[in-house]
Amino acid sequence: MTNKIKILIIDDEIQIRKLLEITLETNEFQTLSASTGKEGISMAVMHPPDLIILDLGLPDQDGQVILQKLREWYLGSIIILSVRNSEEEIIKALDNGANDYLTKPFRTGELLARIRSSLRQLSNTNSQQILEFGNLIIDLTTRIVKVKNEIIKLTATEYAILTLLAKNEGKVLTHRYILKAIWGPSYSEQSQYLRVFIGQLRKKIEENYNQPKLILTESGIGYRFAEKKTVE
Amino acid sequence: MNTTYFKQKKSNQYLISVLVIITISAICFTISDLIGYRTVALLLLTSVSLLAIFFSVYPIFVAAILSALIWDYFFIPPHYTLHVDNPEDALMLIMYFVIALLNGVLTYKIRQYEKIEYQKEERQNTIKLYKALFDSISHELRTPLATIVGATDNLLSKTTPSLTEENKNNLINEISIASIRLNRLIDNLLNMQRLESGILKPKLDWSDMNEIIGNIQKRLKAELETHTVLIEMDKNFPLIKLDSWLIEQAIYNIVYNATVYTPKDSEIKIESILEKNILKIIICDNGTGFKPEEIANVFTKYSFSNKAKNGGIGLGLSISKGFIDAHNGNITVENQLNSGAKFTIIIPVELFVFNDYLDFSDLTIKKQIHDQQNKDTNN
Repeated sequence: MTNKIKILIIDDEIQIRKLLEITLETNEFQTLSASTGKEGISMAVMHPPDLIILDLGLPDQDGQVILQKLREWYLGSIIILSVRNSEEEIIKALDNGANDYLTKPFRTGELLARIRSSLRQLSNTNSQQILEFGNLIIDLTTRIVKVKNEIIKLTATEYAILTLLAKNEGKVLTHRYILKAIWGPSYSEQSQYLRVFIGQLRKKIEENYNQPKLILTESGIGYRFAEKKTVE
Repeated sequence: MNTTYFKQKKSNQYLISVLVIITISAICFTISDLIGYRTVALLLLTSVSLLAIFFSVYPIFVAAILSALIWDYFFIPPHYTLHVDNPEDALMLIMYFVIALLNGVLTYKIRQYEKIEYQKEERQNTIKLYKALFDSISHELRTPLATIVGATDNLLSKTTPSLTEENKNNLINEISIASIRLNRLIDNLLNMQRLESGILKPKLDWSDMNEIIGNIQKRLKAELETHTVLIEMDKNFPLIKLDSWLIEQAIYNIVYNATVYTPKDSEIKIESILEKNILKIIICDNGTGFKPEEIANVFTKYSFSNKAKNGGIGLGLSISKGFIDAHNGNITVENQLNSGAKFTIIIPVELFVFNDYLDFSDLTIKKQIHDQQNKDTNN
């Protein structure tokens, strides 16, 4: 029993807590619940969970503040689950260190997928040298990228973006984060460059350019590389 | 209530008042030998009164003052001076003045009264509209809620153990559909609220039309299973500055509507064209189109609230229009010859000139991209 993965739910709505508890427990997770930010923090301290599901509209303190406080010491995954769906709010949460963001109403299947993905990201701070996503193979040692077993030519920048995204599979990376990582902080507002390169990359690696299956768009927020498991 | 009084341009009213007084005075002047100057006063006063029926208060004051001065100057002896000899004439002049001004004041009062009546009527219409709206919204909110409550009651009930597995699944499925319907409705209401409160300001950023259309297809995957979608767009469509979320939502609502109102197996075409700095998006289907009496009100909110299908309240298309208007764009709808509806969206946009990014990358990348482009164009 003790080796079950522990998830802390911080949400003031009892219905949501109940729904999450049932969903998570039927999926073999152990759950802890807190209805305020303060209670949530003290619970996280006393029984360090593997993952925290955090609501933003808490009665005592704003969830973004709780998120910042948790991130001062908590290294596990934090997934935001909130009715707030504005791009600013989502970007702010991701900047504050949230691993993922899901808006209410949510599909439980989607939530479980995000939880599993976040947990995986945590466990494989990996040293994998070859990343495989269906027809796409990226060899990090030789820097060779293949689609359907054919080597494709990528520019240095395209390669850098592709590997950055692929290494963070399943995770949303904000435009600003990618721009900073690839071109440095002075380009963090130049999203048009990123979009051009993503467009180029998609033409090279996606089967159908208009229906990307690998580099997924999070409208107004950033990009998410599809997880290996979900790519056939 | 007749509102033409208010709508008549003020400057026109002044001009007409002055012209009428001058014309009447001129006519009286030519026949002043036949009629006495006191009759002239009555004629002028009648003119002012007639003007007062149609015009608002200040033009009447102007007419009153002008006519009084004209009468004094041209008609009361001694002529061609404002001076009045006879005390009886002086008294008459004062009375003329007072009566003419009274005309103006009475007119003003009547106008005020009319305005209040008009506003009352407007308010009553608004209340009527709101009532219809609330009825429609509460109906649309309660229908899916009723489904959820009813279905869960059935599922939870201990007295009806005979529920088959299939029926159970059906009920659960209904709950799921009802919830999605509720969520869509709430989204629409919130969007309309954002539009009307004036909070909405598009956040323009470089956007990829391919992504926008792709997202819509993804979001409407279930609905589009019964329809064929054709996407027409240049593969090298440049980046354009838009609020991609708003535009996505605007197109989404139109395409969603098409999936609801066209028969099964219909075709929906989404075409994106760039003409210089004008983005043109054409969405057409081969359904039955709009009825002639409907087409003028397609973008009027709640205009379809009585006939909307699938839990709509006639908000979707007016939201689309609002979002496009916010981009200084324009949306029109027409029926195509022999087949369904055709929506045309036009938005002025800023383009990202493709070569711009070359000076941004380092030299080797620059060359590689250049080579790649050459290769692409040669292919």
